[in-house]
Amino acid sequence: MEKITFDQLQEELYHEKMSNGLNVYILPKKGFNKTFATFTTKYGSVDNTFVPLGKNEYVKVPDGIAHFLEHKLFEKEEGDVFQQFSRQGASANAFTSFTRTAYLFSSTSDIEKNLETLIDFVQEPYFSEKTVEKEKGIIGQEITMYDDNPDWRLYFGLIQNLYQNHPVKIDIAGTIESISHITKDWLYECYNSFYHPSNMLLFIVGPVDPESFMNQVRENQAKKDYKDMPEIRRQFKQEPAKAAEKKQVLQMNVQTSKCLVGIKALHVDQSGNEMLKNELTMNVLLDLLFGKSSENYNQLYNEGLVDETFSYDYSQEFGFGFAMIGGDTKDPDLLAERLEKMLIATKSGNAFTQDQLERAKKKKIGAFLRSINSPEYIANQFTRYAFNEMNLFDVVPTLENISLHDVQSLAEEVISEERFSVCQIIPKK
Amino acid sequence: MDAVTEKTTDMNGFNLHVIETNKFKTNTIVWRMKAPLTKEDVTKRALLPYVLQSSSAKYPQTTTLRSYLDELYGAMLFVDLAKKGEYHIMSFTIEIANEKFLSNPSPLLKKGFELLTEILTKPNVRGNAFDKETIENEKRTLKSRIQSVFDDKMRYSNVRLLEEMCKGEAYAIQVNGEAADVDVITPENLYDYYQKAFLEDEMDLYVIGDVKEEEVKKFVLELLPFENRSPKTVVNQEMRKKEEVNEVKEQQDVKQGKLNMGYRTNIVYGDEDYFALQVFNGIFGGFSHSKLFINVREKASLAYYAASRLESHKGLMMVMSGIDLKNYNQAVGIIHEQMEAMKNGDFTDQELAQTKAVIQNQILETIDTARGLTEILYHNVVAHTEIKLNTWLTEMQKITKDEIVAVAKKIHLDTIYFLTGTEAAK
Repeated sequence: MEKITFDQLQEELYHEKMSNGLNVYILPKKGFNKTFATFTTKYGSVDNTFVPLGKNEYVKVPDGIAHFLEHKLFEKEEGDVFQQFSRQGASANAFTSFTRTAYLFSSTSDIEKNLETLIDFVQEPYFSEKTVEKEKGIIGQEITMYDDNPDWRLYFGLIQNLYQNHPVKIDIAGTIESISHITKDWLYECYNSFYHPSNMLLFIVGPVDPESFMNQVRENQAKKDYKDMPEIRRQFKQEPAKAAEKKQVLQMNVQTSKCLVGIKALHVDQSGNEMLKNELTMNVLLDLLFGKSSENYNQLYNEGLVDETFSYDYSQEFGFGFAMIGGDTKDPDLLAERLEKMLIATKSGNAFTQDQLERAKKKKIGAFLRSINSPEYIANQFTRYAFNEMNLFDVVPTLENISLHDVQSLAEEVISEERFSVCQIIPKK
Repeated sequence: MDAVTEKTTDMNGFNLHVIETNKFKTNTIVWRMKAPLTKEDVTKRALLPYVLQSSSAKYPQTTTLRSYLDELYGAMLFVDLAKKGEYHIMSFTIEIANEKFLSNPSPLLKKGFELLTEILTKPNVRGNAFDKETIENEKRTLKSRIQSVFDDKMRYSNVRLLEEMCKGEAYAIQVNGEAADVDVITPENLYDYYQKAFLEDEMDLYVIGDVKEEEVKKFVLELLPFENRSPKTVVNQEMRKKEEVNEVKEQQDVKQGKLNMGYRTNIVYGDEDYFALQVFNGIFGGFSHSKLFINVREKASLAYYAASRLESHKGLMMVMSGIDLKNYNQAVGIIHEQMEAMKNGDFTDQELAQTKAVIQNQILETIDTARGLTEILYHNVVAHTEIKLNTWLTEMQKITKDEIVAVAKKIHLDTIYFLTGTEAAK
C-alpha cells in the first residue's frame, strides 16, 4: 500500500493495485459521518463495438445495454441488493455515463458489511430472461421521462449535431426499440468483457482506517478466481473534425425557448497531463468569455437575451469532447448569432488581460477546494481522472501553470466556425 | 456525543448560530429571513434577494461585484427562496475558501462577512429607490423563472397538485409569486418593502466552518446591527377535511403521465408523533426499499420512480410517480393498497428496523454538508422548537409499530392530480 500526501490540502491518499489488477484508493476524511464508496468499470454507452472476451470478431451490441446492465446487476437470485444495503443502513445507487458505469453506496454505519456487499454484488452477476423482460418496462419509463425533459433533449440534440459517427451521439439509455433486443446472453457477454478487476477502480472516502479496509479488499479479492485478461479491443469509426450538422430546431410543449451553441473539441486523443492541461485551459477560456464577471455575460443579460439558466461547460473523454454554451432565451437565433460572434472575437488576439486570467485561476482554485468538501465529487472525479491517466490532485498545480499564451493559442486553434453547431428548443405551435 | 454542537446567541435583531467544525475546506455563511406567506408580499420577496445580490453601493455593476468574488478565490454568493409551512424564507449564502488550504494565506472570512453586510445593508440605491436598470433586469428574470415551471413537468405537476389541494390556504401561493404581480413592482415600492422586511422579518445567521464563535460574534456585532423585533407567526390554517377525494386531470402534450397524490398528515414538526410520521414515510415511500418503490416499480414495472415525501411544517405528504398514460387506474390502485397496508399494520419488523437505519444514515449524511446542516437546524426556527439532533435520532429509534399505525390512521388522501397526454383522452 502506498501513501500519497497532499500537504497544501491536508489530505492523504492510499493506493494499492491488487494482484488481479484492481486499483483501490482510500482517502480518509476525519470529522465526516459518512463513508462513500464507488466501484467503477471503464465501460459506458460509447463502448458498443468490441471483441467479446474469448472471441475474435467485433460485435455491435444494442444501444442502451451498458445502462441496462447497470440496472440488472442489482438483481440477484435471492432478491434485490438495494434491500440488503438498506438493511445495513446504507443507501446505494449507480449511474452509467458515456465512458463509465459506477456502483456506489454511502453509509454512516456497518461500513465493512456494506463494502463487502458492494464488491460482491458487482462481481457476482445473476441475469435471467424473466427479470430482463421486467426491467424493460421500468427503463421504458426512464426513457419517456427524459423524452419530456427539454434540457435533456437540447443537450443530446446538440451532441447529435456535433457527431457524425461516434457512439456518443446515442442516448445512454437507448430507445424503447433498442432495449427490446437486449437478452440475458447479451448482458453476460458485455459483463464478461468489461467487468474484469483490471478494468475497474474502487474508491473509498470517509472516516476510515486505510490499513484495515485495504486488507479487507485484499482478502475479498484473494477469494475470487480471476484469470488474467487480454487487453479490451474497442472499435470507433473515423470521426471528421468538423460538426456533422450546423443546426437543429426541436419543437416541444414548452413556454420558453432554449438555445445551446456547441464547439466540437480538438485533441480528443489526449490522456494524462496533456489532457488535464487542455481541459483546464478550455475551462478557464470559457470562464473568461462567459463567466458572471465577464462583459459578454453582462451584455447578454442586460439585453434580456439570457437569464439565470445561462451556463457553459466543457467535457472531454477519449475520442470525443465538446463545449456547450447557452440556456433559456427569448430569441434563440439572435443568441446563437451573438455567442458565435463572441467566440470568434477571441481569435483576434489580446482578448484577455493578465489580471483577468489571474482572477479566473483564483476562482477555479477556490471552486476546487469547495468540491473537495464532497466525498461524492472526490470519488467520482478521481475515478474519471484515473481512467484518463490524470490525477485529480494535480488540478491546482496545473491551473497555476496556465499562461495567457496557453489560453490564447487554444482559443485560436479550437474556435472555428466549422466546428460550431446550434441546437434550439422552441414552443410547439 | 452530540452529532452537532450549535451555539445560538440572541444578537441585535437576529439569532446567530455558530457551528464550529474543521471538516470543510471552506466556511459557509447563511443569512435567512422569514415572514408569513401572503399573496400581497410574496412576489416582492421573490424579487428582493436577486436585486440585492446583483449589485451594491460599492459595486454598482454586476461585473465589478462578480470580479471581486472571483478575486476572493471564487467565493460563492447565491440567494434562494423557500416555502416552509406557511412561511416564506429568503436565504443569502456566502461560501468562501479557508485560506489555510491556499498557497496565499491572506484572511478571507472577515471579507466574507463584510461582503454579506454590503449586500444586505448597502444596496445600490438612489434616494428612496433601487437602481432602475437592476429592477428592470431582475423583474424580467423573475418572470422567466415563474414561466419556466411549466417546462419542467415533474415540478409543474407538483405545483399544480398544491394549487388544487390547498385552494384558499396560504400554502397554495407559489414561492416565486405571480407574473401579474411582477409588473406593479417599482424601484420605489420594492425599496419600501426592503426596509419593512429588515424591520419585521425573523432573521437568522448560520456560520459553519473552521471558525471561533467569539471571533464571529465580534464581526457581526460590528457589521450587522438591526432593531429587535417580535417576529410574526402564523397558525397553520384549519385543515379542512374534504368529504371526497378531489381528482384533477389535466391534458398536455406529454409522453409520460405525472401522477401526484396529496395527503394531509395532520402532524407537523414539533408534534409528539412527528418522528413516527417520519418512520411511516420511510416504510411507505421514502426509500428504494419502501412499499411504493417495491410495488409500483419493482413488482408492477409501471414506473421508473415512485416515492413519497413530507412537508414537515404544513403537515402534508406528497406521492409522485411518472407512469404510462394508460396505467393511471392500476398505479392509483397499487398506491391505495400500500396505504391500506400501512393502516392495517401490514409491515414487518424488518421493514421497520431497515427504515430506522436508513433514516438515521440519511440524517447523519445530511449534516456532512453545510447546506444540509443548515436545513436541519432551521426546522427549529420555523417551528419555534428546540429539538436537538440527538433527540431526533434517539426518539426515532424508539418508534413502535403501534405508533406508526396510529399515524397512518391520521393521514387522509386529499387530492389526486394527473398530468396526462393528449392521446389518452381519445
